Amino acid sequence: MITTLTPTRRDFLKAGGALIVSFSLPFAHDAFGQPKPDPRTQELDAWLAVGADGKVTVFTGKVELGTGVETALAQIVAEELGVPFNAITMVMGDTARCLDQFATVGSLTIYRAGPQLRQAAAEARHTLRELAAARLGAPAEQLSIRDGVVSTADGKRVTYGELVGGKKFERRFSGSAKPKAPGEHAIVGKPIPRVDIPAKVFGSHAYIQNVTVPNMVHGRVLRPPVHGASPVLVDDSALKRLPGNPRVVAKGNFVGVVADTEEQVMRAAQALKVEWGAAPVLPEPGELPNLLRGARAATKELVGTGDAAKAIAGSAKTLQAQYFVPYQLHASIGPSCAIADVRADGATLWSPTQSSFLTRGVVASILKLPADKVRLIWIEGSGCYGQNGADDVTGDAAVLSQAVGKPVRLQWMRRDETLYEPRGPAMVMAVRGGIDGSGNVAGWDYQVWSPNHAGRPFAGMGGNLLAGEEQGMGQRFIQAGADRNAKNSYAFANQRVVLHQLEGTPLRSSSLRGLGSPQNSFANESFIDELAAAAGADPIAFRIKHLKDDRAIAVLQDVAKLSNWETRPSPRGDRSSGVGRGVAFVQYDNYSAWVALVAQVRVDRASGKTRVERCWVSHDCGLIVNPDGTRNQIEGNIVQTISRALFEEVKFTRRSVDSVDWASYPILRFSDVPDEIVISLINRPDKESLGAGEPAASPVMAAVANAIFDATGARLRSVPFTAARLKAAMA
Amino acid sequence: MTLNITVNGKRHAVQAPPDTALLYVLRNELNLKGTKYGCGLAQCGACTVHIGGRPTRSCVTPVSAVNAPVTTIEGLGTPDKPHPVQQAFIDEQALQCGYCTNGMVMTTAAFVAGNPKPTEAQIRAALEGNLCRCGTHMRILRAVRKAAGVRA
Repeated sequence: MITTLTPTRRDFLKAGGALIVSFSLPFAHDAFGQPKPDPRTQELDAWLAVGADGKVTVFTGKVELGTGVETALAQIVAEELGVPFNAITMVMGDTARCLDQFATVGSLTIYRAGPQLRQAAAEARHTLRELAAARLGAPAEQLSIRDGVVSTADGKRVTYGELVGGKKFERRFSGSAKPKAPGEHAIVGKPIPRVDIPAKVFGSHAYIQNVTVPNMVHGRVLRPPVHGASPVLVDDSALKRLPGNPRVVAKGNFVGVVADTEEQVMRAAQALKVEWGAAPVLPEPGELPNLLRGARAATKELVGTGDAAKAIAGSAKTLQAQYFVPYQLHASIGPSCAIADVRADGATLWSPTQSSFLTRGVVASILKLPADKVRLIWIEGSGCYGQNGADDVTGDAAVLSQAVGKPVRLQWMRRDETLYEPRGPAMVMAVRGGIDGSGNVAGWDYQVWSPNHAGRPFAGMGGNLLAGEEQGMGQRFIQAGADRNAKNSYAFANQRVVLHQLEGTPLRSSSLRGLGSPQNSFANESFIDELAAAAGADPIAFRIKHLKDDRAIAVLQDVAKLSNWETRPSPRGDRSSGVGRGVAFVQYDNYSAWVALVAQVRVDRASGKTRVERCWVSHDCGLIVNPDGTRNQIEGNIVQTISRALFEEVKFTRRSVDSVDWASYPILRFSDVPDEIVISLINRPDKESLGAGEPAASPVMAAVANAIFDATGARLRSVPFTAARLKAAMA
Repeated sequence: MTLNITVNGKRHAVQAPPDTALLYVLRNELNLKGTKYGCGLAQCGACTVHIGGRPTRSCVTPVSAVNAPVTTIEGLGTPDKPHPVQQAFIDEQALQCGYCTNGMVMTTAAFVAGNPKPTEAQIRAALEGNLCRCGTHMRILRAVRKAAGVRA
């Protein structure tokens, strides 16, 4: 069951303010049903501590998901505090030590938590300067600060360690600390190597999968081939002969097993016989687009400018098209893992979650413990790209630990992760448009049908995690993400954009990188290409003439230059080479980074196979904190989304979900990787930093589809762009 | 039963059922956690170690079938004395989450040892069985070229 709540993500972004640092943080508390903002947000000690050795410990509710924010946030603090970069240690996502700065989602970390940490560090520097002024007997404004040392002009000095080392600041924010001007930056803007990379390369990094706690035993869960089936028989007779004290934990539809060692629990899980009852019948896969279009939905007009229907009816040329993106997976390389130590009076959870505080609240509900008696210690897991199995496995481990009275480590198996991670939802987009006599877009009418993209832990609702749902606990979800980039960036005089937010989802789903943005952008940026072709116009020139936003135009002009773009309409005249290029432009979530991407494909006309050979991308995310980290995110977004565009689809039948491993859910391999990705970073030191964790994913599907059209004249409107689909389209 | 295996130059007497996957012996008995569980099906490469210098999937190798010395990523190099492939991965910042990195580094180390001056096609073929989900392939390829002493 899904209940619609009124605030949208954009509403609470507005409520939080974009430019002004709001310390009534985090901004999404009320919408996500969290407790009131923590009053400690105004206290310096809640954010950072300076040791006697001058080393600085920073406490943040944001976590490292493999995107490099541990390094980038440390750069921001080091810059503002006036200490060397290597003086900083980040403590992330521990509910007992860190403030809730909201989940690490939505490319919001540098954008939202960056300014919060910058302000906290500026306040600390301001305080340290005052303390130094008293100590050195000199006016504060005449002191200089460098590398954690405060000096007078005549050479008297005192270190941060000497001023507060090991003690608390015991100060509230003054409100008068001003962050440095971008022109003064010496650490922000530098490609500082990531702090986590050496340990990852030497095999010593402490992933959650590597953590052990004293007296820990091991768990596994058993789940049906289709979500929602109940166990009708649990036969543990074979377990009695096995070593390791194997023990079954069955509660409602939840079935797990615990044993002393990991090898023993895997053998026990294999030996345990569970028969599952009737499962919900799934849709016929080929019917999914029609089913989504016909499902119960809350319909909302997101844009209504002019009269789209009338303008289209009166245009010289009209077009319509439907686009489809199937269910896709996060497909993390490491199956999710967590450890739980549940005691009578409280619990400790070690979890790779994106949302320490929300997940703690939901797990506490499942355990029937007060949330403040549960501590969640975040530990990095495999890259997640949204809500993979990290939260569910935390609930599973907690239920097992509570049942056996010992700490339990549980790593999901490959089948568990592939079959039970909350998938990225399938979406259908239908667009109608018209061109007037002078080749301009006269009208644009866009509709999207999508399940919810936010099946996250929320409001202490136990049923939002598998272990709670299987015990019959209630569910409630915030509705978010289906509308992301449904609205285009073009200044069409007559347009309508309509969201059909589906009440249910045929397959359990939640947030996958970009939420609805890659899918909506696939439709928007494919259809504008279709209109450009109908108008006989160059795809970049056609976009630019319908844009008013300077930063949008700038990335398109930049990528045209970068890619040596040949100005002409698509498709190309001579199609014998099988080579074509396509462009797509997105301003992520209509407020964040601007990205323009040109993809060059080579299509093998005989087989229908497509390879993306080259990409050129221009990316404007405001002030860049770490240019190499930004490049790494851009490359990753592009390569991962090429994989989604060419290969990925959750396979199912009416009776089974068939994507269970890498053979049945193939992703891109090295032979599929482009020869080259050329990146142009547009740095804007005078503009706020925007996130880079998702934006470059959004234009990829459309740029590839447009390139295939350029190469072949065939238009693919369903992801993935398989050889069979392209052959059929070319026939 | 007791099985004798040599890992990173040290002999170990391991108590384990003979069909136990080498991966679990390394991780849970010998506390060598650089080797990762990814699929248990030899599909992703995260568990790659060297057995007798050959890159091998430890998740499907029974410990009783280990008939040559094993090298794990912990035995390949250290921060003080990094293997050239590890140094190249650091230089190129060739990862994001790093969960696949063990397999990428171990596969590459065996590959460059046996293939001086490889072609681009040979490099890609060598890594074809290793999956990365963060999409750091461009950087991994740069690191491999660097370690192999070839230019793109």
